[in-house]
Amino acid sequence: MSDLAQPAVYGTEEEDTVWTERVSLISLIPRWVSMTLLLVAFIGIWHLATSAGIVSPLILPSPTETILDLGFVGRGLLSGNYMLAAFWVTTQEVIWGFVVALVIGVSLGILVGETSFGERAVMPYIVAIDTMPKLAFAPLFVAWLGFGITSKVALAAFISVFPIVVGTAAGLHAADENARMLFKSIGASRLKTLLKLKIPTGLPQFFTGLKIASISVVSGAIAGEFLGGGQGFGELIRVAASQLNTPRVFSLIIYLSLLGLSMFAIVSWMQYKFVFWHRTDNGVRARAGH
Amino acid sequence: MRPFPVLQTAGALPRPVYELTNVSKYYRGGGIVALEQVSLSLRQGEFHSVIGSSGCGKSTLLKIMAGLTPPSKGRVMLSGKPVLGARPDIGMMFQQATLFPWRTTLQNVLLPIEVRDGKAAAEAARPRALSLLELVGLKGFESVYPSQLSGGMAQRAAICRMLVSEPDVLLLDEPFSALDEITRDFMNMELQRICLERGATAFLVTHSISEAVILSDVVHVMSARPGRVVQTIEIDLPRPRTLDMATLPEFGRYVSTIRNLLDKGAFL
Repeated sequence: MSDLAQPAVYGTEEEDTVWTERVSLISLIPRWVSMTLLLVAFIGIWHLATSAGIVSPLILPSPTETILDLGFVGRGLLSGNYMLAAFWVTTQEVIWGFVVALVIGVSLGILVGETSFGERAVMPYIVAIDTMPKLAFAPLFVAWLGFGITSKVALAAFISVFPIVVGTAAGLHAADENARMLFKSIGASRLKTLLKLKIPTGLPQFFTGLKIASISVVSGAIAGEFLGGGQGFGELIRVAASQLNTPRVFSLIIYLSLLGLSMFAIVSWMQYKFVFWHRTDNGVRARAGH
Repeated sequence: MRPFPVLQTAGALPRPVYELTNVSKYYRGGGIVALEQVSLSLRQGEFHSVIGSSGCGKSTLLKIMAGLTPPSKGRVMLSGKPVLGARPDIGMMFQQATLFPWRTTLQNVLLPIEVRDGKAAAEAARPRALSLLELVGLKGFESVYPSQLSGGMAQRAAICRMLVSEPDVLLLDEPFSALDEITRDFMNMELQRICLERGATAFLVTHSISEAVILSDVVHVMSARPGRVVQTIEIDLPRPRTLDMATLPEFGRYVSTIRNLLDKGAFL
């Protein structure tokens, strides 16, 4: 009896054992504050490095110069001069490159992900081509399609098509054994299984591929312009660099990154809309989880 | 032939629903014998279980019965017709609830109808699905997505999905083994209630002896390598069964008989 009564003695007149968990300080600061602080620190170091003369302004322009040039280019874009025309050329290349990559990528992805022929015969060739240095094809595209926008669209599509193929094919394989068995047991046809099981299950992987493609398509278009001329932003960068106008190169790159950013944002928004069951409170963590 | 317990029909024996005769399954051209000469017969309204250690071929047996995989030898008849593929008169349930996160609970329940007969038929089956959800205690959850359901609630939705096409026979592949024990006991009693209410014929694969005894009219004990039925045991306990019956001496005897058979099988 005394044994049973024993536990009641404990704790009655003792103190609470409350203790504090360690929390990292950075998580207490709002995200935008820490992001701004980092940016300010970065620009500060940049400013010190250039104003102290450690780095030649030909190699690295000062932040002030770059910001002034950003304003210049921005005014140029708004006034609709040759810069806007060049930006529009590159934008068209990016959009068409993405559309072509999407159509070819999804078709190849379904072929590879859904048919045994695609998986066994086509996939090895896709992997083989994917391992090739794709930029090296640029001269061929120029030779085949000329110096106009088409050869840049082709290179942009060529570079961004592979993540879409892989994302689509991986997505179609994502449905687990249980789900496949369930569909088999309710007598679902192959088409029904594809439409009602495999495609919805694979959407997260598909969008991961699409996001990678939406970023690489800009690189593809610019590389195409570097290697095949033309009237786009890549050409402006090339000219500015050959004139050692580094502030211009920097500001052109920053405007160009807006193009990549908006492509990425559009794809992310579509993913948020279509894959509503896969939403997380933190987008960064969701991407890191893939 | 031992007489099977008669459940609802007084007088004549109920008609056999499933008849398996000498069903065998080999893999790798006969090198691996997954099932050997399994014969069993399941009558209308009966609840049978097959029990065995993992790898004894009990899931293979269930897949053959469901028409998901062909037997290498033997015949499987369901309602007088051979099983040569998935059949709409079979309802299946698996260890995982496998609800699809892009469908609401109701849409998940209606999935078999939608896949087989299209959206209009699924729409027509709505009242039936809703009453099934009510039967399993999920009233009010019909437009909720599966991420908001607990494990037990998800399995209840899976029960509704199995029942919505009004199958003649239920095949259950360890349906509650992923649940915690408290929920699992409760779900087993729910399953019994649903089966009794609908006069359902059911075949359960399990590796829990007490689960097999508490639910079944007949327990088939399987041994591994080669997978075959070593003994068929009738469980003569009154219906409806309750969890308290686990303390009855008869219950204990059934459990120890089955355990002895399984122990022997494991060391053969």
